[in-house]
Amino acid sequence: MKVVLRNPRRELDVAGPISVIALLNRLDLNRESVLVIQGDTLVPGDAMLAGDQPIEIRPVISGGST
Amino acid sequence: MKCRVCREPAVIDVRRQNANYCAGHFLRMCRDQVAKAIDEFSMIEPGERVLVAVSGGKDSLACWDILRRLGYDADGFVIGLGIGEYSDESSRYAHAYADERGLELLTCDLREEYDYDVPTAAAVTKRVPCSACGLSKRHLFDKAARDNGYDVVATGHNLDDEAAVLFGNILRWQTEFLGRQLPVLPERDGFPRKVKPLVRLGEREMAAYCVLSGIDYIVEECPMAVGNKHIGYKEALNQIEAASPGSKHDFYFSFLKRVSFRFAADALAEHDDLAPCERCGAPTTGGVCAFCKLVGRAGGAEPVQLRTGH
Repeated sequence: MKVVLRNPRRELDVAGPISVIALLNRLDLNRESVLVIQGDTLVPGDAMLAGDQPIEIRPVISGGST
Repeated sequence: MKCRVCREPAVIDVRRQNANYCAGHFLRMCRDQVAKAIDEFSMIEPGERVLVAVSGGKDSLACWDILRRLGYDADGFVIGLGIGEYSDESSRYAHAYADERGLELLTCDLREEYDYDVPTAAAVTKRVPCSACGLSKRHLFDKAARDNGYDVVATGHNLDDEAAVLFGNILRWQTEFLGRQLPVLPERDGFPRKVKPLVRLGEREMAAYCVLSGIDYIVEECPMAVGNKHIGYKEALNQIEAASPGSKHDFYFSFLKRVSFRFAADALAEHDDLAPCERCGAPTTGGVCAFCKLVGRAGGAEPVQLRTGH
């Protein structure tokens, strides 16, 4: 399975099937700080990831002037 | 996971609510939370004109989208900050959102109108970039609202933003900032009312709102904000939130309910002696406002190359 990470953009190959939570744990990512996206929708934490469609792990933290 | 409302398969969990939602009911929850914030804090009255400070990021576009869907008369305002390709790309997202929906988007370009950009202002004044950027944006949002007859300026500050700012202000006990860290800053002395309709929603929810609504936004982080303290505070608070869902909400809303009034006098004292700026007429505590001083130093200066990080 292709997993796309952002900021900076990079791609990983991960063996599936794997749950969203397990994937985030393996990548040492906080669930509060990312969304997992497949196609044009979100994938919930308990879902199993599998198949050929790439997975995007999108960071949600932004910062700067207030 | 099943949606708490309809029991259909859920696409997102909101752990602080101990709830899961399908796409449709998640979007409705977001709009309901904004409507509740507007009502709870008396942010916008019926018939008022709202100017939304738009960056091209998820929060400001979601804020604009939700306000429009709730029926508010809301236009956008985007500033060209001159932060290299990042600013150009951000503006493209803002324009695309407005154009696709036939919405009014006001614009201002720092380089064209004031002969400086944020990287140059930061270098010339030796301010951190976010400080020069924030000063410019606050002044120009106020000016755009005054010049164009808007009653309210709405910004996309969300719960995570407010919790992180609160965290930073408490770390240093900046009491004048604590006194005005409110979801609404009332109109006074030439400043328009400023509101934060997203305070009841987290950053992850705003990104999810955009994905599920089909709103394209700039995902890349501002290159000048990389590594800043604000982002570090958010990461720290998210560690706490992961272990104890609801912590950020309780931290911020308990502050508003139980503590913020204690600092009101510190905030008011800072604005005791406001008078019109000698150059632009904006309210200021000095003869010349901070924005005009910035323009005086950075305007016309040799443009500097973009440096990243803090």
